[in-house]
Amino acid sequence: MSAELFSVFYQFADVFAFLILSAAGLAIVFGMMGVINMAHGEFIMCGAYVTVGLVKLGVPLAIAQGLAAVTAGLIGVAVEYLIVRRLYKRPLDSLLATWGLSLIVTQSMLLIVGSSVTGIGTPEGSFAIGGYTFSTYRLVLFACAVAVLIGLYVIFMKTRFGVMARATMQNAAMAKALGARTGRIYAISFGIGAGLAGLCGALYAPTMTLIPTMGATFVVESFVTVVVGGANVLLGTAPAAVFLAMIRMALNASYGQIIGQIGMLFAVILIIRVLPEGLSSVLVRRGR
Amino acid sequence: MQSRHLLRTAVLGVALGAAAFGAAQAAEPPLKVGLLEDVSGDLAFMGMPKLHGSQLAVEEINKSGGILGRQIELIHLDPQGDNARYQEFARRLLSRDKVDVLIGGITSASREAVRPIIDRTTTPYFYTNQYEGGVCDASMISMGAVPEQQFSTLIPWMVEKFGKKVYVIAADYNFGQISAEWNRKIMKDLGGEVVGEEFIPLGVSQFAQTIQNIQKAKPDWLLTINVGAAQDSFFEQAAAAKLNLPMGSSIKVMLGFEHKRFKPPALNNMHATANWFEEIDTPEANDFKKRWHAKFPDELYINDMGYNAYNALYMYKALVEKGKSTKLEDMRKVIATGEACIDAPEGKVCIDPKSQHTSHRMRLISVGPQHEVTVVKDYGTIKPYWLGDIGCDLTKKNDKDQYTPSHLPNKS
Repeated sequence: MSAELFSVFYQFADVFAFLILSAAGLAIVFGMMGVINMAHGEFIMCGAYVTVGLVKLGVPLAIAQGLAAVTAGLIGVAVEYLIVRRLYKRPLDSLLATWGLSLIVTQSMLLIVGSSVTGIGTPEGSFAIGGYTFSTYRLVLFACAVAVLIGLYVIFMKTRFGVMARATMQNAAMAKALGARTGRIYAISFGIGAGLAGLCGALYAPTMTLIPTMGATFVVESFVTVVVGGANVLLGTAPAAVFLAMIRMALNASYGQIIGQIGMLFAVILIIRVLPEGLSSVLVRRGR
Repeated sequence: MQSRHLLRTAVLGVALGAAAFGAAQAAEPPLKVGLLEDVSGDLAFMGMPKLHGSQLAVEEINKSGGILGRQIELIHLDPQGDNARYQEFARRLLSRDKVDVLIGGITSASREAVRPIIDRTTTPYFYTNQYEGGVCDASMISMGAVPEQQFSTLIPWMVEKFGKKVYVIAADYNFGQISAEWNRKIMKDLGGEVVGEEFIPLGVSQFAQTIQNIQKAKPDWLLTINVGAAQDSFFEQAAAAKLNLPMGSSIKVMLGFEHKRFKPPALNNMHATANWFEEIDTPEANDFKKRWHAKFPDELYINDMGYNAYNALYMYKALVEKGKSTKLEDMRKVIATGEACIDAPEGKVCIDPKSQHTSHRMRLISVGPQHEVTVVKDYGTIKPYWLGDIGCDLTKKNDKDQYTPSHLPNKS
């Protein structure tokens, strides 16, 4: 019985980690800043490729993953400065621009790096409970997802930058008048978002096939989680991930992956219909 | 662009022709070969060798004088794994470029998307993948292996070696569904049991739940007919969770070269039946591999699709030259004689007149812990007999249908 219970927790943790890690970056870029970043998947892909590249050069996995996230973050700052900055008042144009960027990046990767890269293998470690064996690394992913949520809470609620950032997202003109350097805040926020996307790719790189279009497998889940969550990263994305993970896990376990995917997307449609502003609109209102 | 390309081809043709045959024959327009292969998108890593195999064959045939003295012009379009684009490009190649023959398609979904379009023309079509079998269509010539060559050999061997309980993970589209149906039929005939079947939507990359479902069902072995780079992540995740089950497949190793793409031992204990895999060690195969790698030094693996794509052009050459015509009806007259054969790197392969599918030398291969590939069993040449047995006879009637164990021709 305890094996069954643990397996339910493990499966929930696995889906939850996937949703949080793939959505965290987008929650900032899309949820807070309102930029529909179609190149989100490519930042994830960037994190994965940098990780694998560094590991093959002999860098230990954890350090490679950290460097990969930083690399994606720096590229994010550059993208913000060069492209996104000019399009904050034109959300549809920013959608088009980032989509174009995504196409250019995937095709360039295909031409430069090739259609597939040899994987690096998941770190050793597994344990058995009852008749089941589990990979330890999946629990590491869950721990990382929780750490990302805590990290975001600290950055946006407990630091000076966080206060400025929230002020800027709410009313940029007023924040600027009060002395916040909004341009820099936008750039750093976008960088954090891209860095978190890179971290997602870095963490999942050992467990997946690396191809230039790999970001696409994360994008649907990440957008869905952010849209269901609404504008607030902490009070939106996290509960949305819990909610969607429970639905998907339950349906996956009883009816298989197809029904799991259909059921999750169906739940998303229902929620957006009932709560157009996402889960955070309810939770934030109640908090006041 | 188009005219410059034509000019270039013409100049090349004149130069080569003048050297070998004299200018009169070179003045003939080149044969146009339309090729639809994904070299971007989720399946690019499989499609790239298909393009390379076609390019290698075209280069070799052109150097040795072309087909009936005519040079080949290869027109390749990249449908990017999108079935709508497959249809659009098939129409473009057939009606605008007026190709003499159409080759290609990776997934069975893409093949079924373009087949009705081809059926409305008189252009021959070569499908160059192994697949779930059953297409009885006079316009289509299939170069790859089919279930009676792959599953009827592999599954009894797996049952004998590992046990009677199998769990299936399959891609959720016609290839996975029909292959699973084949497995059910063969397992039933063998008195085995399918303890679980899971169909995975294309693009899904997370398998923790699937792995647990498998452990709960306690199978003796797995049939893995998952497709595409995302679904291949299963192997890495199953290895990390120490699933440690023997696996069988009709598409792994020789087609997706997972043993080259994943770090050992993710593919350990995988077994497959194939007409081609790069590890084949015969003089003909080694010579072929040498020519391939000389032209494409960066190729990670020469997979069976790429190999079949290469053979398709030689088969086309054989059919056209024996029938002395590029017309489908004349090519089919050659096929009807049962003498439509070529000496391929795997050995002699022939087209079966009833089904227009190809006979193959089948071998069972196993992957070891260091991802070394060994040949466990050699079945010799196996003919594609199933369609003929159930009543498909293209020399008499063009069904234009795809049959499966549960969808057989009407006996009227």
